Amino acid sequence: MAVTLSEKAANHIGNFLAKRGKGVGIRLGVRTSGCSGMAYKLEFADEVTSDDVVFESHGLKVLIDPKSLPYMDGTELDFVREGLNEGFKFNNPNVKGECGCGESFTV
Amino acid sequence: MALLQISEPGMSTEPHQHRLAVGIDLGTTNSLVATVRNGVPQCLQDDEGKTLLPSIVHYLPDGHIAVGRKAQAALAIDPRNTIASVKRFMGRGLKDVSHVETMPYDFVDAEGMVRLRTVQGVKSPVEVSAEILRDLRIRAERSLGGELTGAVITVPAYFDDAQRQATKDAARLAGLNVLRLLNEPTAAAIAYGLENASEGVYAVYDLGGGTFDISILRLSRGVFEVVATNGDASLGGDDFDHRLFCWMLENASISLPSDRDSRRLLIKAREVKERLTLDESVPVRMTLESGDEVDLVVHRDVFVDITRNLVSKTLKPVRKALRDAGLEPGDVKGVVMVGGATRMPHVQQMVGEFFGQPPLTNLDPDTVVAIGAAMQANVLAGNRAAEEEWLLLDVIPLSLGIETMGGLVEKIIPRNATIPTARAQDFTTFKDGQTAMVCHVVQGERELVSACRSLARFELRGIPPMVAGAARIRVTFQVDADGLLSVSAREQTTGIEARVEVKPSYGLADHEIADMLKSGFEHARDDMEARSLKEQQVEAERVLEATERALLADSGLLDAAERAALDAAMGALRDAAAGQDVRTIKIQLENFNRASNEFASRRMDKSIRGALAGHKIEDLRL
Repeated sequence: MAVTLSEKAANHIGNFLAKRGKGVGIRLGVRTSGCSGMAYKLEFADEVTSDDVVFESHGLKVLIDPKSLPYMDGTELDFVREGLNEGFKFNNPNVKGECGCGESFTV
Repeated sequence: MALLQISEPGMSTEPHQHRLAVGIDLGTTNSLVATVRNGVPQCLQDDEGKTLLPSIVHYLPDGHIAVGRKAQAALAIDPRNTIASVKRFMGRGLKDVSHVETMPYDFVDAEGMVRLRTVQGVKSPVEVSAEILRDLRIRAERSLGGELTGAVITVPAYFDDAQRQATKDAARLAGLNVLRLLNEPTAAAIAYGLENASEGVYAVYDLGGGTFDISILRLSRGVFEVVATNGDASLGGDDFDHRLFCWMLENASISLPSDRDSRRLLIKAREVKERLTLDESVPVRMTLESGDEVDLVVHRDVFVDITRNLVSKTLKPVRKALRDAGLEPGDVKGVVMVGGATRMPHVQQMVGEFFGQPPLTNLDPDTVVAIGAAMQANVLAGNRAAEEEWLLLDVIPLSLGIETMGGLVEKIIPRNATIPTARAQDFTTFKDGQTAMVCHVVQGERELVSACRSLARFELRGIPPMVAGAARIRVTFQVDADGLLSVSAREQTTGIEARVEVKPSYGLADHEIADMLKSGFEHARDDMEARSLKEQQVEAERVLEATERALLADSGLLDAAERAALDAAMGALRDAAAGQDVRTIKIQLENFNRASNEFASRRMDKSIRGALAGHKIEDLRL
């Protein structure tokens, strides 16, 4: 089981963490909400809790709570630019369907 | 698919509910939009990767509107329909705008605010500003991938109510929800994180393209108070370009270049100025359309020599601002540099020497105001955890109050109260059967209405007739986060209400505020005396009126001699009240009280007898 960061995503996250001045890594997760069932969580992490599953990717800690992991196994977090907009994108092999905007999904 | 941003721990938003908030620096020369993304404040770029949007709007005959660089290109070709520096007209009447005669616009004087006649009809400065804001809003929505929750827009610290209201109106017109207007120097201080710094006085030195502003801020308990502002509305980085341009003409022996050559040389001068920030010398080689050759080397020393007195010129308003604040340069704990022109090393050096400390320069001086506004917007939109929440407060510069009997001011909100705020005070009627009350809202530090500034006047009607002093009228002053005032008056028994939003067509300039404050201090003693005089006069009038009413009803209680004595006392009091001597009025008031004492107690007996008539003594619980 693993969740990884693309090199681009890792560079940006490293950068954001440095500018933020604190944080041990990032926390990924899923929540049951949104128009298509599930929604991603993407936050800075200030501490590792005992429940967290911790992955290392490009030298950065990626934290996931065990309940979210099955929905996200094999996911790569990427950083992309679309026109003027830029941000993170989950490439998740478990996803069967997404809502129109892709902010929530079903597995 | 939608692109996600990293949130603060526990602050992930629901899908489709991103709290996208931006900060906008709506500048005289350039405007910018910034946001906090992935925890990092950053300016947003346009399609060409540029962050600065020239604050210029071009109205074309075909109904199109160009904003920014495209409009800038039209400045020379179609000056009448190309509006630059519209910020100078915001909330201003024609007579408030200086150098109208040198501007290429077709001004229309209108009530409250000047208008500009363009090929697309008459436009108000609010509409022109709205075009700039709309351009930035669209840029932000494309960059952030969604609709904006709201925006914080910065305004100069010296902007008055009318100018602030005009800015807010422009934002609404542009489809922006204004979270708050923020003072530009305060925004710069936030960008430097000074609100977490130690308490004290900070100076914000803002040398823009065409304007210079100095603001003195005092930080206490996380609140910035603007204690003094000053500046020069016609001094900026452009003047440095112009000096260099003149030097180049002189040294290349060119006289009277064509318009096109002038423009090219001026652009070159700006480029040289910018390069001299890092380089010691910059070569200039150009062939002009006239055939003249320019082959020069500009050394930094030369540039410093020819522009040093421009920097000195900025220090004059700085000294004035410090003097207004009653401070010395050494009292300032930190100096924030804002505006692209502060990149010039000799500007930094001379400002540093003046304050006896190196100024803060590690943030980009072009974007620092927008960055601070974005940080504030991020907090106001609710993107930070509760325990981290800091709410930045501004203060009101002059006390707000209401006129009471005798032309006195009752201050409802004292100067330096943090905003937003709401305060209420109960008032009552002065005369029997009074059914209306005029609320006269004033601003200032003086005790007499005549020495304060009148902001608004409204009437509360329909008060049920009662004896004087029985009605309870609650007057509430509310100042919102942008410093705009609304006043309401409510009669408590019937609930009838009247209110007014204070939108003065002309507000106070910063120096007027300073003058009013100073005059408040200087006249403290006079004011106190004037107040006690007025109070005694009002009291005398009240007593006389009550007695006259009583005499009408119960004159039979007095014999002729008693009546004559009372009349004499009333006459003496009336004469004293017409004079200006507090002591005399006081003495006559006491005399009168003694003279009327007997009459008052007889009336009391009479009314008690009236109340008791028909009751047996045992019916009364004593």
